[in-house]
Amino acid sequence: MKFIRFILIIIILFPLNNVYAEENDKRNKITKNLRCLICQGQSVYDSDSEFANSLKIVVDKKLQEGLSEDQIYEYFKTKYGEWILYDPGLNKNTYILWLLPILIFLIGGAIIYKSFIVKK
Amino acid sequence: MKNKILPFSLIIIFGIIFFIFYKGLEDSKIYTPDVNTKKEIPVFNAKEFFSGEDVKSSSIFELDKVYLLNIWSSWCVPCRQEHPLLMNLNLENKLNIIGLNYKDNLKNAENFLKELGNPYKEIFIDLDGTIAIEWGAYGVPESFLIYNNEIIKKYIGALNQELLDEINLFLK
Repeated sequence: MKFIRFILIIIILFPLNNVYAEENDKRNKITKNLRCLICQGQSVYDSDSEFANSLKIVVDKKLQEGLSEDQIYEYFKTKYGEWILYDPGLNKNTYILWLLPILIFLIGGAIIYKSFIVKK
Repeated sequence: MKNKILPFSLIIIFGIIFFIFYKGLEDSKIYTPDVNTKKEIPVFNAKEFFSGEDVKSSSIFELDKVYLLNIWSSWCVPCRQEHPLLMNLNLENKLNIIGLNYKDNLKNAENFLKELGNPYKEIFIDLDGTIAIEWGAYGVPESFLIYNNEIIKKYIGALNQELLDEINLFLK
């Protein structure tokens, strides 16, 4: 009997635990992608500074308000600029960063194709 | 001909990479916050320092008036240093100084004002630092010059005489 009760408790608690974890995961993911602007080389998630702690509270609030991840990034971008994001979007300042690897890959591929495959 | 394409494109690729890295060297790696952009002031609700009443930000900032929002705290040493300057600025009376008390113990904050004087027209409490984030602030002390509901300039760190002269110049 005790065993069944124990199993029941686990079954009841398990999904609740999951919901909580999901929200926490989202919050962690977002704070890991936000730069702590007053620390050196730390994300908001890693830092325990006053600034980072306040930012974590704001992220929690925004999640509770029902904002999506992108909307939260956009919010911080308007407040602090692009620099606060670790994962910068594609714009005129970063297009070289995004396009260069593809460009090099294509040129490299073309060279290999020309010099090895066409030769045969 | 085929033999020439390979070294030629290699040179071009390395040329491009070199150029980009060289350009990258010229950029400053030290992060400098944008202090001059004109931004609308954020909308927020906060508790008033003395009365504890809830106040909306829209009822504080009027058009056509110049405000200085100063984020301060009793535990912050630079705030103590800039406080006499704020007192002086207040005497000239052209400017409304609004205080935002940042993550502070209210009793300590009151003692701080008793000791050094109160230059603020109104003070709001920001217990968890979220209102400061709404303003795009980094910490204490920080000041925002506001005109027509727009942030004209942001002063990060303690104010000094030089910056005060700049503010006075703007007021004229």
